[in-house]
This record gives sequence, structure tokens and C-alpha cells, in this order.
Amino acid sequence: MTATATMTPVLQAKGLTKRYGRVTAIESGDLELYPGEILAVIGDNGAGKSSLIKALSGALIPDSGEIFMDGNPVHFRNPMDARTAGIETVYQTLAVSPGLDIADNLFLGREERKPGVLGSVFRMLDRGHMRSEARRHMTELGIGTLQNIGQAVESLSGGQRQAVAVARSAAFGSKVVILDEPTAALGVKEGNRVLQLIRDVRDRGLPVILISHNMPHVFEVADRIHIQRLGRRATVITPQSHSMSEAVAIMTGAAPPPPMVA
Amino acid sequence: MGQAELLGVMMATETTTREPEFEVRHHDSFGLRLQHVLHANPVLGPLAVLVVAIIAFSIVNPRFFSAPNLSLVLAQVTVIATLALGQTLIILTAGIDLSVGAIAVFSSILMANFATKAGMPGFLALILGLLCGTAMGAVNGFLVTRIKLPPFIVTLGTLTIFFSLNAVVSNSETVRGSDMPDLMTWTGTTIPIGGFRLTYGSIIMLLLFAYFFYALRSTSWGKHVYATGDDIEAARLAGIRTNRVLFSVYTIAGLLYAIGGWILIGRLASASPNVGVDYNLDSITAVVLGGTSLFGGRGGVLGTLIGALIVGVFRNGLQLGGVEVVWQGFAVGLLVLVAVSLDQWIRKVKT
Repeated sequence: MTATATMTPVLQAKGLTKRYGRVTAIESGDLELYPGEILAVIGDNGAGKSSLIKALSGALIPDSGEIFMDGNPVHFRNPMDARTAGIETVYQTLAVSPGLDIADNLFLGREERKPGVLGSVFRMLDRGHMRSEARRHMTELGIGTLQNIGQAVESLSGGQRQAVAVARSAAFGSKVVILDEPTAALGVKEGNRVLQLIRDVRDRGLPVILISHNMPHVFEVADRIHIQRLGRRATVITPQSHSMSEAVAIMTGAAPPPPMVA
Repeated sequence: MGQAELLGVMMATETTTREPEFEVRHHDSFGLRLQHVLHANPVLGPLAVLVVAIIAFSIVNPRFFSAPNLSLVLAQVTVIATLALGQTLIILTAGIDLSVGAIAVFSSILMANFATKAGMPGFLALILGLLCGTAMGAVNGFLVTRIKLPPFIVTLGTLTIFFSLNAVVSNSETVRGSDMPDLMTWTGTTIPIGGFRLTYGSIIMLLLFAYFFYALRSTSWGKHVYATGDDIEAARLAGIRTNRVLFSVYTIAGLLYAIGGWILIGRLASASPNVGVDYNLDSITAVVLGGTSLFGGRGGVLGTLIGALIVGVFRNGLQLGGVEVVWQGFAVGLLVLVAVSLDQWIRKVKT
């Protein structure tokens, strides 16, 4: 991963700061995401992971600092701005509508209308096209075993719902996919299935930022591991350079942060 | 159990539970299957109730199932059904509207007074009256989305405000239909279709139901209404402008209530400021009986139409069966409780 140093990051944060009154959530926060990698972001509670991610996905406006995409400065005023720029975020709270079906959820907020008068005057949705597209996206990620693309999301298990959310981000994220604790609520098997999904997304060329508390999961899929501590980046390690217990020690301050290895 | 033995059991479980991970689970018991069917098709329950009620009342009194009587039932439910249509949209977003009756009656009073005291032509008075109802709905929508008040509180407040404005404007006087332009009472005019006598009001109501059935099912707006009621935070994160959706729903509901007010003038052949007190609860009753969940995101307008018809059929059928008026209310109340219990049970369907 030494090659990354010479590449332009797809997404880069420089000196992001966010304060709430006297509480500092992020203090000169930096982050680089390179093409084709899974970057894990770990840190203790209150280390500023969520604030950092929210700033990158437009859900929070930093007090100062800059965000770059492919080297160009960008400014996100809301989640829609980030999404338009090609950053898709799967939030911890899933962000799926349980009562709607899989296809509806995949296209929620960007439904496609029928061509011609039906679409322009009667605003009729092109349900057939959306369903076939939804099926294609799900199959591409190896989740084509879902029997019915028209079944309500609430009839799915936690892992299947997460799969729908990940499929949506992969289908529409043109630059970056951000996943916030995607395996937190899942069982062992379902968690592994989602990890495979994350790899599939990366292998399709989309870089992924993965926020997780689950060290085995992080060490299993991450190419690089960004350790956030006390509002700033302590260091970046790789699963090869350090062990899980070393990572936890750096995260909690029990060990001094080593120089960035990647 | 020894450790090795335990490990063996665990491994055995691991291998036996190797079914495909992303596949739907199947339930076998009849109850669960029924629960799933009703969950997928919430209209089936109310429809069954309606059909059974019609058959039962027809057996008790054959006069029930006659064209004149069925026409009467439809005419009787038209106003409530129209109001319940607006109420459905709001309840689908997990809201509630207590100002239904106030907006409908106040709109009818405004239309009537525009056309008589203000001397406007019927068409203009109608349009202005509809706009006033729409504006009242927009006030509700503004308070819900901008001031962030719970819909129950908002509409409780506007209910009282609109009814008192109604008393002021009307001077508590009824405007007779004969004093109004024909357009005002046109909704009460009947046309014979076969042996049936449909009012134009009923036809307008049915067309509105057809339109919103389409809009909820086949447009982005409809999907967004469901998503907003289902989980507003998830909808917002998915990029839906939930405030805009909510505002549109309350405003459209206001327009629908005003149309209900117009139909009401035709039905009563007058515009009276003293009706409509029961309309709030009646409209909610129709929505709930129709299988739309008070928690939002589930149900639809077809159910509401059936729900309104159930109330109409019960009241009319019990009357023809010689049951006193007080017991008709009792029966409708029971129906509501059964419907809500059923909704709770259906909602328990989870993975």
C-alpha cells in the first residue's frame, strides 16, 4: 500500500474542526480515502468518528477545514449535496423504509417515471423498469436469491435489510460508499455475508469507508485502518503492520500511536 | 455437558442450519399465514366485513338489498367518505387531523355566504371557498412542519379556531339552498343509473378516491407519503424532503375537506354552521375500519372507502332491522375496537 502515497485521494479531509459549545468533536481532523480500498475508521466512543463521517456525508457542516474529492475542494450543505457528488452513506439506523418493498427502497428519493405522457403528465412511475434494475443490482452483489423484489423490507431479516441498504449505496454511489456500523446488529453469519458484500463493492471499484467497533471484522476486510482518538487522527495502520490488540491499545491511549504506515 | 461434547453440538448446529442465508422464512400455521396475507393485502379484512354485513342485513330485511336503499347508503356516506379520504392521507404520514369537520363546515359556510351575502357568481364563490379550505389545511401543515408541533395538538387548536370563526362568519345562521346559485347545491342532484340514483356528490367522491388510489400507488409523491409515515428519519436520510411531503398532505387534505363541504351543501340543501361536530371521529372511524394504521405508513384509500361503507351499511342495516339509534353507535364502536386490535396483530408480523 505504499503506492497510495503517490495517488490522489478520492476523498480527502484536511483540518476539519467541529465544536459544540466548549465540546470539541473533531480537532483538525484529517482523512484520506484512496481509489479501490476499504478504509476502516475505528476509535473509542467520543473519538469523533461519527462527526468526521457526518461531515463527509453532508449531515454536519464543519466549523473549519476543507474536503476534497479527486483533489478538488467541495462544500456539502446537506446530505443531498454529498449524494449528488457521488457519496452514498448507509447510516447505522439503516435508512430503509420497512413498509416499502425492496425495489421501492432502492429507488426511494430518486424514482424513475415512465417515458412520454404517462410520466410527464400523469407522473406515473416506471415500476417494471425499477424492479428489473433493482433485481440487477441485487444480483450483481450476489444477493439475487431474494425471491421477490416486490416483498416488503420488513419481512426481511436484519442482514437482508442491511444488504438492501448496501445495494442501494453501491447502485447509486459513483465515488464513495460510507458504511456506519453495518454489522453491529447482525448475527455471525449475516455479519460475514455483509462483509463479503463490502468486499464486492470494493472489487467493483468503489472505495469504501467502514466505521466499526468490531475489530475482527475490521481486520478481516480493511486495507488500511484509520485510528481516531480524542477528536483527531492518531495514526493509520494496516492489518499486516499491527495486531488487533495493538490497535485497541492505540485507540484507547494505552500505547503511543506509531507513525503512519500507510 | 463436557466441553468437547458442547463443541460437537455447536458444530452440528452450524452444519444443520446451513440453509441459504438470504431466503424468506416460511410459516406453516394457518393463523400466521392469515396474518401474512392480511399484512400484504390490508384491504381484504375490511372487504370481508363489508360483504358479510351486506349479506347478513339482506337476510334480516330483504328491503336492505334494494337499489333505492343502497343508493341511500351511498348518499349517506358520501360526505364522510370524502373527509375520510383527506384524513387517510394524513394518517398515512403518522399524523391525525381533528380539524376535519371544522374545515369542511367552515368552507361550506364561506362558499354559501360568498354566493349570497357577497353576491358572487356561484363558480367564483365555489373556487374561493375551496381555496379557503386549502389555506386552512396549509395552516395545519405550516404548524406541523415549521413550528414542529404534534399534529394532534395543532389540529386540536385549529379545530376550535375554525369553528369559532365559522360561528362569527355565519352569525350562527343557516343559509338555505334555495337562496344559493344552483352550482352550490348541484352536488345533491341525483342521476338515475339503472335502478340506482347516484348524486353528483357521490360521483365526485368516487372520482377523488380513484385519483388518490392512483397517486398513492403509482407516483413518487405516493411513495414518499408512505416512506414519511413509515419512518420519517429513514425517509429524510434517503433524501426525501419530508417537510414538503407533510405540508403537501395537510394542504391537499384541506382542499378535500372543502370539497366535502361543497358536497355537504348539496346533501343538506343548505349550509348550516351547526353540523359536523361528529365528522372528526366519523372520518377517523372510516380510516381505521379500512385498515389504515394510526401509526402511519400502512393502508390506503381503498380501505377507507370500504370503511366508510361499513359504517353506512351498519347504521342503515341496523335501522332497517329495527335496532335503536343508540345501539347503532355501540355497534360501530365495537367494530372500531376489533379493527384496531386486528391492526395490532397484523403489525406484529416480523421476519
